[in-house]
Amino acid sequence: MAGPLAIYGLMAEFDEPSLLVAATHRAYQEGYRRMDAYSPFRIEELHEALGVHHSRLPLIVLIGGLCGCLGGYLLPYWVSVAYPINVGGRPFHSWPAFIPVTFECTILVASLSAVLGMLALNGLPMPYHPVFNLPRFALASRNRFFLCIEAQDPRFDLDGTRRFLETLGAREVSSVAD
Amino acid sequence: MTSNDRHHSERSTEDPLQAIAGTARPPVIAPGHTFGTVTDKISSIVLTRKTSLGWYAGFGFAFLLTLLLLVAVTKLVVEGIGIWGNNVPIGWAFEITNFVWWIGIGHAGTLISAILLLLKQTWRTSINRFAEAMTLFAVACAGLFPAIHTGRPWLDYWLLPYPNTMGLWPQFRSPIMWDVFAVSTYGTVSLLFWFVGLIPDLATLRDRSQSRTGRVLYGMLAMGWRGSAVHWHRYETAYLLLAGLATPLVVSVHTVVSFDFAIAILPGWHTPIFPPYFVAGAIYSGFAMVLTLAIPIRAIYGLEDFITARHLQNMAKVMLVTGLIVGYGYLIEAFMAWYSADRFEGFVPLNRMTGPYAPYYWALLFCNLVVPQALWLRRIRLNTIALFVIAIIVNIGMWLERFIIVVTSLHRDFLPSAWGRYAPTIWDWSTFAGTIGLFLALLFLFLRFLPMISIFEMRTILPEAKIDEDLRVI
Repeated sequence: MAGPLAIYGLMAEFDEPSLLVAATHRAYQEGYRRMDAYSPFRIEELHEALGVHHSRLPLIVLIGGLCGCLGGYLLPYWVSVAYPINVGGRPFHSWPAFIPVTFECTILVASLSAVLGMLALNGLPMPYHPVFNLPRFALASRNRFFLCIEAQDPRFDLDGTRRFLETLGAREVSSVAD
Repeated sequence: MTSNDRHHSERSTEDPLQAIAGTARPPVIAPGHTFGTVTDKISSIVLTRKTSLGWYAGFGFAFLLTLLLLVAVTKLVVEGIGIWGNNVPIGWAFEITNFVWWIGIGHAGTLISAILLLLKQTWRTSINRFAEAMTLFAVACAGLFPAIHTGRPWLDYWLLPYPNTMGLWPQFRSPIMWDVFAVSTYGTVSLLFWFVGLIPDLATLRDRSQSRTGRVLYGMLAMGWRGSAVHWHRYETAYLLLAGLATPLVVSVHTVVSFDFAIAILPGWHTPIFPPYFVAGAIYSGFAMVLTLAIPIRAIYGLEDFITARHLQNMAKVMLVTGLIVGYGYLIEAFMAWYSADRFEGFVPLNRMTGPYAPYYWALLFCNLVVPQALWLRRIRLNTIALFVIAIIVNIGMWLERFIIVVTSLHRDFLPSAWGRYAPTIWDWSTFAGTIGLFLALLFLFLRFLPMISIFEMRTILPEAKIDEDLRVI
């Protein structure tokens, strides 16, 4: 480590998901906010332990779906009414025939908003992130569970936070270079 | 490990009555696995440097068939669809049969990944990834047929609504246009669903790959996924929403495909039973294809721990149920033809049973209705060889069903003077065989380069993934 400024945070490594959830709860109670927990699969209790409850994603998907629905109806409407072709006197605005396209466009735009919205909110693709500087972090995608308290947290103190993390049953606490 | 075993024994005795009777349901994952072993077992199939000779042989065979597809399509582009057996009145034949067959196969993938996810069926976890891949490849094969059937495939982009100097717009009142939207949406959403499901596993491959190329390629595809709890939360939300969106979509796609027929006035096509009967048939053929693929794959790659007898048995049951729905469809079709008192409608089933294509009709009933009844027996459902054979027979039966629907309705319509016959040419067969090759070649590439079972979802169904709430207050 080059110096205290070059530290991204302190990373505690756990063997079991329950330990990570418990440790995250404790860290939150202790007043730490700038932190993140990493696990090889989704743990329902974990984001709650971090104090994250709501996601804007459903709203994004709803708006996307409504746009798709509107666009999917207006397109056949506009094509059939603005460029009228009279086939046996049938109505130009023959709305039942426009429903399948409206439906498919709703699903298409809502699905695209779900995926692109999720990636955008998560800040992905992200070519570089400091947590990967820790070689053992490769196990976060296999069988280990990590809690990282970031140096930007107001309560962060290299020695104090390290001591605190060591009391939580961590297998190892290491500092992460920025 | 001891705590694992304890958890596991609790799990397997969830139904004490069955356990006493000695017929406890097989588990969804064999006992003794941990996060590490699941990860290593599945990722090692991809990350091993040595490619087996069997893979080369299988891929080589599939690739040769893909080349046959290229030859057949090239010949078609150069000479036109006259090289096929299509004629007047049978303008739709092999290519539409194959289109409906392939797109139906795809439906099982979405059903497994989306509907069973929403129904919280944990057994879907070890089969959803390759069922989704199967969907994607089947939709690719399906989409090819209507595209080349237009006769001038280089003008297919006219199907898309875009402003152009010709002032040309698609006819949105036509089911063919609905098909364009349904199939392209289905392909796109299936791809999104599959790719989103792959992201955490791509991160695992990135972290475990020994080679630089592997790290770079999987790393780019994983997009910097690091398993953050906040990310997982949004990820799960997105995945569930996608599943919720894909569920009505999958039902709509085969409904729209059935509209291609049902909106027409042709006897044998113009019937309201088509949408539900097509959707059931799609799921039926799709599960047959999943079994056809899963049984050899689990044997070759030694995945019996993950794709257990439970999975095969459940899929056999879905096949049995959807097969009965399809049988009900056949019955109602014949009944309505008689009940309508319409001469032309009444002629259709008679012509199917006794006309020139009668052997195919009876073969279809044998494959789709008679043979699958063996699945009532538990002994058959647990016998992988018998299951494999039945699945293949159902695949053939469902292909015959589409052939019967498309060709027998067209070949004898209202006026006997307009009647005709259809026989496939070598190019019809080559194109069909070629798409089977394309499908298999893509599947072989998928098995070699991507994890065929969702690793992160397998971790969640392990007993050790359960959170011990007592630890909250240490």
